[in-house]
Amino acid sequence: MAHRHEVIVVGAGGAGLATALYAAREGADVAVVSKLYPTRSHTGAAQGGIGAALGNVEEDHWEWHMFDTVKGGDYLTDQDAAEVFAKEVIEAVIELEHMGLPFDRLPNGKIAQRRFGGHTKDWGKAPVHRAAHAADRTGHMILQTLYQQCVKLGITFYNEFHVTDIILEDGVAKGLVALELATGELHLFQAKAIVIASGGFGRIYKVTSNAYTLTGDLQAILYRKGLPLEDMEFYQFHPTGLYPLGILLTEGARGEGGILRNALGERFMERYAPTIKDLAPRDMVSRAMYLEVREGRGVGPKKDHVLLDLTHLPPEVIEKKLPDITEFSRIYLGVDPLKEPVPVMPTAHYAMGGIPTTLWGQVIRDEKNTVVPGLYAAGEAACVSLHGANRLGTNSLGDLVVFGRRAGIHAARFAKDADYHELTEEHLGPSRERIERIKNSTGKERVAVLRAELQQSMMDHASVFRTGELLQKQVEILKELMDRYQRISIEDKGEAYNTELVEALELGYLLEVSEALVHSALNRTESRGAHAREDYPERDDANWLKHTLAYKVEDGKVAFRYKPVVLGRFEPKARTY
Amino acid sequence: MQVTLKVLRFDPAKDQKPRWETYQVEAEPWDRVLDLLHKVKADQDGTLSFRRSCGHGICGSDAMLINGKNRLACKTLVKDLGHTITVEPIRGLPVEKDLIVDMEPFFAAYRAVKPYLINDEPPPQRERLQSPEERERFDHGTKCILCASCTTSCPVFWVNGAYLGPAAIVQAHRFIFDSRDRGKRERFKALGSGSGVWRCRTAYNCTEACPREIPVTQLIEEVKRAILFDRF
Repeated sequence: MAHRHEVIVVGAGGAGLATALYAAREGADVAVVSKLYPTRSHTGAAQGGIGAALGNVEEDHWEWHMFDTVKGGDYLTDQDAAEVFAKEVIEAVIELEHMGLPFDRLPNGKIAQRRFGGHTKDWGKAPVHRAAHAADRTGHMILQTLYQQCVKLGITFYNEFHVTDIILEDGVAKGLVALELATGELHLFQAKAIVIASGGFGRIYKVTSNAYTLTGDLQAILYRKGLPLEDMEFYQFHPTGLYPLGILLTEGARGEGGILRNALGERFMERYAPTIKDLAPRDMVSRAMYLEVREGRGVGPKKDHVLLDLTHLPPEVIEKKLPDITEFSRIYLGVDPLKEPVPVMPTAHYAMGGIPTTLWGQVIRDEKNTVVPGLYAAGEAACVSLHGANRLGTNSLGDLVVFGRRAGIHAARFAKDADYHELTEEHLGPSRERIERIKNSTGKERVAVLRAELQQSMMDHASVFRTGELLQKQVEILKELMDRYQRISIEDKGEAYNTELVEALELGYLLEVSEALVHSALNRTESRGAHAREDYPERDDANWLKHTLAYKVEDGKVAFRYKPVVLGRFEPKARTY
Repeated sequence: MQVTLKVLRFDPAKDQKPRWETYQVEAEPWDRVLDLLHKVKADQDGTLSFRRSCGHGICGSDAMLINGKNRLACKTLVKDLGHTITVEPIRGLPVEKDLIVDMEPFFAAYRAVKPYLINDEPPPQRERLQSPEERERFDHGTKCILCASCTTSCPVFWVNGAYLGPAAIVQAHRFIFDSRDRGKRERFKALGSGSGVWRCRTAYNCTEACPREIPVTQLIEEVKRAILFDRF
């Protein structure tokens, strides 16, 4: 079946819905294609807040937010992106409130705010209340509110449609192909503009806060087509994943006063970040936790995790402001945070890197910022680069509304002056062949086995601490896994809801994004933000104050180009807290 | 421990009607039912189909009937169920394959109550003010993850699929009691109609089924009262 819409958004999480909403408000005919129902996207799992210098609780300025974002990103953040972001996120939060978002309130009726890691006042002097929140389900509320507005505007949704191809010809985006899960039918979509907002890929790791569905599909599809992925070596581990599952426990818990402790009961963050302690940025806290464990001060029979202590907080703060994470630890561990500390360990959480874009979400193909006409990206799938080498907590929700809105507006305006491109049934060919190959294969490799090997090996060789030796080993493992992937087979040959086929396709994407990540990490011989090389422990601004663009040459072979970091009012300095 | 997992299977291409299939699965007491389904799919039968996404109770994808009750597979642990576990699709929506049901009738009811803030007054420069008490008034409804556990546990919904159902009414409640909203009369049209709140027989199944502990029946009663008092 064929469809036609001026702007087609891929993905129905926060970024996709914000994009769709603002594109529709610009007057474009908009459709959203999503492999999930919109309210099931992973933005709903974001807990703690959306950072904006509203100044509702104490003095705050967008310049402070911009500075924190640049410093938090270990100076790899593009400062033009950080400036646009820190200014516009204030307006974006107010707009969300006007759309009906149920923020928590202060006694004076204004939006409530709390502290979060890396957010400071007076250029790093002390933590600041910047995270606007709705209990510990801020992402859920943002997702619901944006979806509600899309329903109000009558935007078209293709739910449970799995995108299998983006049609790029003559350097131009012309449309896409998607598999309708309910029927197994392939659909052809013509579009004047396409916005990729399909989220991250935490499922390359064994321990992750990410949904099962976060498999980097669209990043991989574009990467295969010869477009670059930017700064893939920077992958964030969130310090407080519920041990051992990796379910997220918001940084807001530390924002409200929670403390990390080792087996000796020490508040170990005092040693690593004396000024802001447990509210240091995520990369620093995650490394500190690993170091405590490595030095024998881990908790539990295996001494392999630490504790998040909330027991000194008033019970009503925990019950009212952190109800969901309290429930998670009760259900999944049988631990009551009111009475005992909660076992935690870093969990794979967020890709700082992704599809490179301009400040208006236009996808670029090279270091000269050459735009791919008609193609946009926003949210975690994209890299503008706001987060640089390490994202601050709450800046993902801010990113998706600010840059989702900009992508939506620009895509709609672009579409107004653009024509549709001719597409034929032949454009379904590559997707059909790929699906048929998987369905007809008589190979002996199983998807679940390969996926588990990938996830474990990525955890062992390319997670919080890295060395050239470990990464090289992972390069070899990935080569072997990609080879074995050619011999996977599935049992389900049916059409309706063939979820086994979907998982097989997703495994392919996981392998591709892992390849981009591992090669980029091996290539960058310095430590910066979330990329910690033990064989190159120092930040090296002379050689590496630049963005990586990774291009796929063939399986196991990656080429690199580099883009300068956009500097500005903040000179790179040593990063201490 | 060894668990016997009985799953109600249905493949529209092959089956006239649903059939039970039994699997033996090695499980830990703290495993989620979702883990068992994944184990079956990985090791025993790749054709088993079910929905899931977040895996910890906030996306609402994996609502199913587990040992006779509506629950989320990712929020239900083996230790609370015993050695024999039965899993079926939620009731009252057409089954598309195995544990996957057609959600469209459910979302049609959702859309019918106008689940969005209605307020055409020009907004102020900054946020609209709302006291913590006003915010608290509709807090319960904001927890809803649209998993359909409540609606598909409702005997009235099973008999009459046109009934809006508990989830849609909870969504309406969330806005009716929001001090910023001006659209309650518009919503009352659908809610007060023949397929609206008056169908509710206060069976409490919805409240028991909600994985987010929303007092659904209470919220439905509050909506009934709001409609009644609006007439005076």
